[in-house]
Amino acid sequence: MTSAPAESTPGPIATTTPALEARGVSKSFGSVEALVDVDFEVRSGEVMALVGDNGAGKSTLIKCIAGIYPLDEGEVHSDGRKVSIHGPKDAAKLGIEVVYQDLALCDNLDVVQNMYLGRETHDWLRRLREAPMEARTAETLKSLRVTTISSIRQQVASLSGGQRQSVAIGRAVMWNSRVVILDEPTAALGVAQTQQVLELVQRLAEQGLAVALISHNLHDIFEVADRITVLRLGRNVDVFDRRTTTQQTVVHAITAGIPTKVAGIATKDVE
Amino acid sequence: MSAEVAAVDVATPSNSLAAIARRRLDALKAGDVGTLPIVIGLIGIVIFFYSKNGNYLTAGNFTNLMTQMAGVTTIAIGVVFVLLLGEIDLSISYVSGVVGVVVAQLQIPDESWQVKGVVAIGIAVSIGALIGALQGSFVAIIGIPSFVVTLAGLLFWQGVILYAIGDAGVLIIEDTTINNVANYFFSDTHGFVIAGVATGLFAVTSLAGVVSRRRHGIRTDNLILVTAKLVVFTTIIFGAVIWANKERGFPLAFLLVIIFLIFWTWVAERTTFGRHVYAVGGNAEAARRAGINVRRIRIQVFMISGLMAGMGGVIFAARLNSVDFNAGGGTLLLDAISAAVIGGTSLFGGHGRVISALMGSLVIATVANGIDLLGYSSAIKYMVTGLILLAAVTLDTVSRRRLAQSGR
Repeated sequence: MTSAPAESTPGPIATTTPALEARGVSKSFGSVEALVDVDFEVRSGEVMALVGDNGAGKSTLIKCIAGIYPLDEGEVHSDGRKVSIHGPKDAAKLGIEVVYQDLALCDNLDVVQNMYLGRETHDWLRRLREAPMEARTAETLKSLRVTTISSIRQQVASLSGGQRQSVAIGRAVMWNSRVVILDEPTAALGVAQTQQVLELVQRLAEQGLAVALISHNLHDIFEVADRITVLRLGRNVDVFDRRTTTQQTVVHAITAGIPTKVAGIATKDVE
Repeated sequence: MSAEVAAVDVATPSNSLAAIARRRLDALKAGDVGTLPIVIGLIGIVIFFYSKNGNYLTAGNFTNLMTQMAGVTTIAIGVVFVLLLGEIDLSISYVSGVVGVVVAQLQIPDESWQVKGVVAIGIAVSIGALIGALQGSFVAIIGIPSFVVTLAGLLFWQGVILYAIGDAGVLIIEDTTINNVANYFFSDTHGFVIAGVATGLFAVTSLAGVVSRRRHGIRTDNLILVTAKLVVFTTIIFGAVIWANKERGFPLAFLLVIIFLIFWTWVAERTTFGRHVYAVGGNAEAARRAGINVRRIRIQVFMISGLMAGMGGVIFAARLNSVDFNAGGGTLLLDAISAAVIGGTSLFGGHGRVISALMGSLVIATVANGIDLLGYSSAIKYMVTGLILLAAVTLDTVSRRRLAQSGR
């Protein structure tokens, strides 16, 4: 078992600066310490999984990075530069897109309308320019090899769960984004659709994007992730290389891992 | 469920007539009924009353119907926007009354504040829009349910009307510009010119759409279908003009209604603002996360509601050549809201088209007109209209449910 703390000894694939890096992030809600001195990084062209039990701080970490929660301590670096993100718009400007678990799609709008929601192409009269939007949507979905949607002019309400996830991911990558964070993308999907989405996730990394994947499902993670960051009780446990570790090791880290950065903390029982 | 459907190239689904018909049928089965029920219903209503009474479709009755409908349809256009957000505006009828009173006051001869008819209309309608924006702010910024805010508006503006009219009981409108809004009829030639221009505009815009899509290399609409739509449109508008010309001619009030319908359809379906209205009505949280200013959209929509209520108020005042303390009363509120709903705009937000304002008021007006001709009492009229409204809402609810189920 090879394991290396992310911040000091970079993993085996480390050749470039991370596309996105969070250093020493702490966040409390009242007296509850949700995150304590957490590090996280994801590089271009890799899928970095973020795992942990319920309450480990995965979602909080993502929301801190995306600027939805302000950080108590710590900093976020994008391509090695320190950045401050105060909301989804700042994140989008830096090419960081988050696909949340509930997808945030409008059921009553069609695929093209959802892909361009809030960023519609228009002329000086604020008239929508449908033709280029439709063409670009088709192109984007094609490049991701999403081929199961029979018409991009159908309402999102009529799509299956996997297709909706594809639309949400397509929307995230259409805007020259460099980092895509996916929150539980396969949680509500059947077997075949999960497979489709996992293939899509891998394709994103192949296209050179940095992909952060939050998931509960170790089977999914071992299928697509390059590296795995484990959080426990709001602290870093370890970063594993998928090729050199086993599911048992990761499960052990999730349930009983010892935080790496705080010396002397005894292993507590999980809730 | 359709994840296993064979890989179809997303860019170019077939646009043959058969393929389009199949897609439409699939959508229908999935619960997306569109305007189909209302068109069938209208044809049924017309055939029924025509078989009972030969006077039903006479030219005289037809022009009457057009002017009668104009006010309600105009107000219902504003209602469509409010319903698209999933909100409601109960104040529209008395806001229209207030605007009528303002118009009447501003034209009273020899008063120091007397202004030209056009200016009076402009000022009065702006006041309607302001009232709408004010009520919308309470909904959007403070977060009070629109039902309550506009219910308060209903009471308040009714009070304002009674206060403003006072002991006079009635304000007579003498200004010809204002009265012409509902009482001017175009000459035969002008009627045909209007129909010709409208047809030309329709043809040009449909053609521009086809050209633009072809230039971007995406599936163009089926040319046969585009032509068929143009033929239907031309038939309806020339038919209406020819029929109206047999009597007093094509009414200005109805031309205004058509202009409103085209303009607001354009706003709803072709501009970013309209797109955002649908988005907020469909999923406000998703719209907010996509960076849409949800509050501003809400305020603007209530402003449109107030504006169109005001326009309707001017049409009503002009039609009677006066405003009395009944302005905005009676069944106006319920007619306007029922028109939008019967026309196919969902009460749950996010679904509907501006044209449903016309379709719905056509249904209400044709039923009312037919029942009057057959000599039945108002009692029957109310009962029938009530049943139609119930049927429309039931259809909406059931089709929404089917649409939601078809996704998984």
